[in-house]
This record gives sequence, C-alpha cells and structure tokens, in this order.
Amino acid sequence: MFKIVKRQEMSQGTVILNEIEAPLIAKKAKPGQFVILKANETGERIPLTMADTNPAKGTITIIYMVVGKSTALFKDLKVGEGYQDVIGPLGKATHLEKVGKVVCVGGGTGVAVLHPITRGLKEVGNDVTCIIGSRNKGLLIMEEHMKAASHDLRICTDDGSYGHHGFVTDVLKDVLKGGDIKLVVAIGPVPMMKAVSNITKEFNVETMVSLNPIMVDGTGMCGGCRVTVGGKTKFACVDGPEFDGHQVDYDELMLRLRAYQEEERKCHQDYCTIRDAK
Amino acid sequence: MSETAGKKAQIGRVAMPEQEAKIRARNFLEVPTGYTVKMAQEEASRCLQCKKPGCVEGCPVGVDIPGFIDLIAQGDMTGAIRNLWGKNALPAVCGRVCPQEVQCEGKCIVGKKGDPVAIGNLERFCADYEREHGTGELPPTASATGKRVAVVGSGPSGLTVAGDLIIKGHDVTIFEAFHKPGGVLVYGIPEFRLPKAIVAQEVNFLERLGVNVQCNAVVGRTVSLDELFEEGYDAIYVGVGAGLPKFMNIPGENYVGILSANEYLTRANLMKAYKYPEVDTPIPLGKNVVVLGAGNVAMDSARTAMRLGAESVKIVYRRSRDEMPARSAEIHHAEEEGIELFLLTNPTRYIGNANGRLTGMECLRMELGEPDASGRRRPVAVKGSEFEITCDLCIVAVGSGANPLLTSETPDMKLNKWGNVHADEKNGKTTKPRVWAGGDIVTGAATVILAMGAGRAAANSIHDYLTLGW
Repeated sequence: MFKIVKRQEMSQGTVILNEIEAPLIAKKAKPGQFVILKANETGERIPLTMADTNPAKGTITIIYMVVGKSTALFKDLKVGEGYQDVIGPLGKATHLEKVGKVVCVGGGTGVAVLHPITRGLKEVGNDVTCIIGSRNKGLLIMEEHMKAASHDLRICTDDGSYGHHGFVTDVLKDVLKGGDIKLVVAIGPVPMMKAVSNITKEFNVETMVSLNPIMVDGTGMCGGCRVTVGGKTKFACVDGPEFDGHQVDYDELMLRLRAYQEEERKCHQDYCTIRDAK
Repeated sequence: MSETAGKKAQIGRVAMPEQEAKIRARNFLEVPTGYTVKMAQEEASRCLQCKKPGCVEGCPVGVDIPGFIDLIAQGDMTGAIRNLWGKNALPAVCGRVCPQEVQCEGKCIVGKKGDPVAIGNLERFCADYEREHGTGELPPTASATGKRVAVVGSGPSGLTVAGDLIIKGHDVTIFEAFHKPGGVLVYGIPEFRLPKAIVAQEVNFLERLGVNVQCNAVVGRTVSLDELFEEGYDAIYVGVGAGLPKFMNIPGENYVGILSANEYLTRANLMKAYKYPEVDTPIPLGKNVVVLGAGNVAMDSARTAMRLGAESVKIVYRRSRDEMPARSAEIHHAEEEGIELFLLTNPTRYIGNANGRLTGMECLRMELGEPDASGRRRPVAVKGSEFEITCDLCIVAVGSGANPLLTSETPDMKLNKWGNVHADEKNGKTTKPRVWAGGDIVTGAATVILAMGAGRAAANSIHDYLTLGW
C-alpha cells in the first residue's frame, strides 16, 4: 500500500491534494513526469502528473479534480489509508533550459502540473511570468505556490470575482505583445491549450503543452494514449506527456477523451447513489 | 514403425471434454474442462516409452515426457508433478498454451499412424491434480549461495529463470511493471484459455520457494539496471517481452473504437473489464467487430469480443487460411464459436462519423502471387475490388515490436535494427556485463515455451557465472 500522509481539499472540495509515501518514485521523479494510481483491487489505473515531490521525505504529491468514479474513490481515501498501487515515474521529464523570458499558463488542475515546471524554469535562470485562471475565485488553486515559483503572477477569473475578468488567453496576448517571449508552457483543459497554441502561433512563439489522454499501462504497451502530433501518431505515455503545442491535433484528442464518456457518467452516478445511500 | 506403435495409434487419443461452442462463446470460463484420473491414465497408457524419445527433443525445456507419463500411468501423481517440476516451473501454463502439435506431440511416434499422445493434456492434468489434491510439498532447493539475481519482467521467461535459480540456491527478486505478476500470461492470454487463478498459483509456487516478487516496479524508470547492481545484485535477467503494439498505419486509425490487441486484451484480462461494472475499467462493446491479423492474439481478441456479446466478429487477414499464423486448434475453436474469417482481404482505410467514432472500413480483395522473403506467397491487391465492412469496433492484432522503455535507458546494451536486445543464442548473454536477456525482447513476438526455453538457457549460464565467473 502507498500511504496518504497528507490530504487537503481545494477549490470548494472539487479538487483534492494527496501527499503519498512512494520513496522510490520520489527519488527519481522530475518535473513533467506522471504516475499511475489504482485505489484498490477492482480499481482503474489513472494517470496523473505529479504536482510535487519530496525525495528526502520519500513522498509525491498529486492534485486532481473529482470527475468520475475513480477520482471519487480517490477522494474518499483518508490520511493513513492509501492507494493499492502507484507506478512511476512515467513519461519524459520537462526539458528545462535557460531561454530568457518564459510564460507559464495554467487552467483548472493544470496549475498543479504547471507548478514544478514553473519552479524548474525559474531555477535554471529564466524570467518567468505566470498566468493562471479559474471560473471564479473560490475555484482557484495554488496561488501562493505559483507566486513563489514565478517572478510575476497574473490571475484571471471567468466571472471577474478575482484578478482579470476574462480568460488566461486575454492576458497572454497582452504579455506576448510586450515582446521577446521565448517560450510558452500551457497546461490545463484541452480547449485552453488549443486556444493558447492558436495565439502563440500568431506570435510565432514556441509552445509546450502537457497532455493527459486515456491510458492503461503508461509504459508504451497499449497505445490507448495515441495522439496526432505533426501528422504523426505518438504515444503520450512514452513520447510525452509534453509536446509542441503547435503540432497537436486537439480536436482528435477531445474526441478520444470522450471514448468512455457514457460509461464514466453511469459508473460515477451509480457510485454516488450507493455511497450516499450508506 | 513397430507393430506396437501402430496398435497404440489405433486406440485413439482420449479427447479432453470441453464446453459446448454455443454456450462457451458467451462466457469466460475455460474451454477444455480437463481430464479425470481415469482419462489421464488411459491416455498415459498410449505412450510407447521410447528409448530415444522424439518428444523430449521437441520440447524447448527438455521435459522428461515419457518419465512423467509413466508415473501417471502407474497412478503416482505426486511423482509425476515432481518429475515435471524438474524441468518446468509452469506446467499448468504450458499444458494449456504450448503449441504441442509442432513440438513434443509433433515428434511423437504414435502420431505417425494416428493421433499422437496428448502430452499437453497430460501435463495440464498433472498440474491441476497437484493444485486440487496435492500435498503442497515443495521440491528441494540447494543451500543458499548468498548471490542475488534480479529478474526484470514476470512473464514466462522471467518466471522460468526465477524458478531455476531459486532451486539452485540463489536469492531471486522479480521486478514487474504492472500491478500483478505474470506478464503476458495475465495481460495477454484470456481467462477462457488460461484462468488467472492458475497463473497466480504458479507465481505463488515460486514465492513459496523463496522468490521475492516486486510489482509496480518499472525498470528503466523506477530503477535502472545500473542502480540494481549498485543495490548489490550480482546478475540481472531482462525478460520484458514485446510490448510495443503495431498498427496498420492507414488513414483514420485514431478514431474511437480502434484499439491495439494489447489494449483490448489488457483491459479484458489484467483489468478484468469483462466484469464491468463490477470492476471500474471499461472496455468497448462492439456490435460488429473486426479483428485485423490472424495469429493467436487475433484469435484471443476475436473470441473475447464474441464473449462480450458482439453480434458479429470478423477476422480480416490479407493472406489465405494456409498462412494464418495461429494454432489450428485456436482457429478451429474460433470458427466453432461463430467467428467469421475474411481471408485475402486487406483494409485500406477506416471510416468514422462526425464524433470521431469508427463506423466501418474500406477493404480490398487480395490474391496470392509469387512467394515473398518469408517464403509465403505474397498477397497482391485485386484492382477495383474495394468494398466496405460495417464495424463499430476494430482490434488491431498485427504483431508487437520491442518496447524501448528499458533499452533506451540502457545504452550499453546492444540492440539489433528492430530494437530487440542482442543476446547470445546459446546462453542469453547480452553485450552488457552481468546482464542476460531472453524471450520476446530478444526474439520478437514468439511463444510462451520458446521464452521459457530462453529463460532456461540463461538461468544455466547465470548459475555458471555465479559459481564460476563470467
């Protein structure tokens, strides 16, 4: 068992943080890599990119949004309980290099994944601007962390309850107009990454995105996570999860993410019905 | 041929009872149900006890076939299983999935005039009898040598290496990337051909002998080969299998509803998605299913789809029946269960709807031309023969390549041009000192027993190294 040593609810209980004992993974993991977690014997294997690691303490941190049965099961795990299986670190690590001015754009729980990458980019000497967004102030996560990980933090909310009233892409455009941006990193919902990539293409700025398609093994064995990048099929688990944002076929990715939509909806509903009846 | 052989051949082999095709096509229970003691003894008595047994030569791990069969005939089932364990740590598996017709049974003298002795069925009987009625007493192991061996991958070759070396007194740890041990035996081969409880039992047998099994350990990611040496392992065996699915590379391959056989079977077998929603992993249920390819994996996929309630399941293969790589017994079972063969048919593109979901595929009729490099007649497209097959699920079972996860992190281990590990054919030694390799990562996708044979050779070589030096 992989014990949960810390648990925190964020974003009004819709987003959960788990710090998990996994010393071997904590020792090896680098920013941008992911793990696969399975709650119990009958559970599904769920890939999640790590939000943080603590090699000295032997722990990794994941932050996830509760969207279906598997994440609802994860949410029900208490401190002292744990995951039956945690596998990793998987995928390629982010290439961290000093390039100059960098913008990191995060939306939803993508901010959690963005955090170690942002920190890493700052540590190697980049000038890092960070733009994070959510629907409203209550749903925003990791503000303090992101402030510490970057030089300049900009916040956007869809309803204007905090920071800029509007999308992260509005602020991004302004920052890009300021000029001399060498790299944009965008992590969040697929439509956000697509919108960011469309804008940065206009400005001709290199863009990196991190994808989270449906996976089973996470080691290149099943091909379920295939994405089209630059007209070629790639496996997100071993060739990614990070890709050139200008080359990704986002429309195909969105369709593939809906492969089990009906099953997921029904499964989650049944789980909640049974749980709430108890 | 002697007179006796002719007589024994005339007796005819004892058929193993199996579930009726119509019933089994919709359940996941094992197809053949096993011999009774009486059946096993009757079949065992057909063995000629040859002085120079061809069957043993035909066995990649050299099982003492006349020996264990004679013990069954005498009713000494404990003796029979102990005899088998002497050469084979996985008899319940081999008895079920080895292609006996081209190995031991293919060389059986009785088989020259009639049906060969049912060696596979007898092997399975021994293992099943031991599991159900046995004493649980373990074979003796040599005293501890203090040498530590890491086995990477818990498929058939890794399990063989572990079994051989633990008996020789070494300290063995298996590292498995998945959350359950067994490799292809648990993720690839379906429940109705190889019940997972049996694989678990075979692994448990090794654990009782002292083998340590560590799951969720992705060697190449969680830990590297060099780090294993730093931790104090004296030798490493790499048996990570052929885990890189091949696709057709034709337009539309990323529509929802097109899965590699690896993904489809892993969902069904390892994740037990056939029990969904009792388990959480879903599997697409096709009404009209097409399986591309005609090997054993294709048969397994097609038969799984049928059991999951498909209305039609078609095997689409570009060559003819004679070239189908699957065992004839598997093809026979599939056809009995209502699976259609679309031979000399080659898909050219997938067709999908606005939601990106598969609705069909376009195919071309083929005819056989001159033999190609593989010696098989080359399929040539018939001009203007395009036609459409309606399908909502397509399983691509056209082979597996070498998974680069471990090898790309181990630059000092030489690979061939296909990415397979370069290993000495005789002993499995790789170009990296103290590292051996075998099974599909060396040979490309092959059979369970060939992987076990490679494991046996490597285990002997590892033992020599640990006791004598490289």
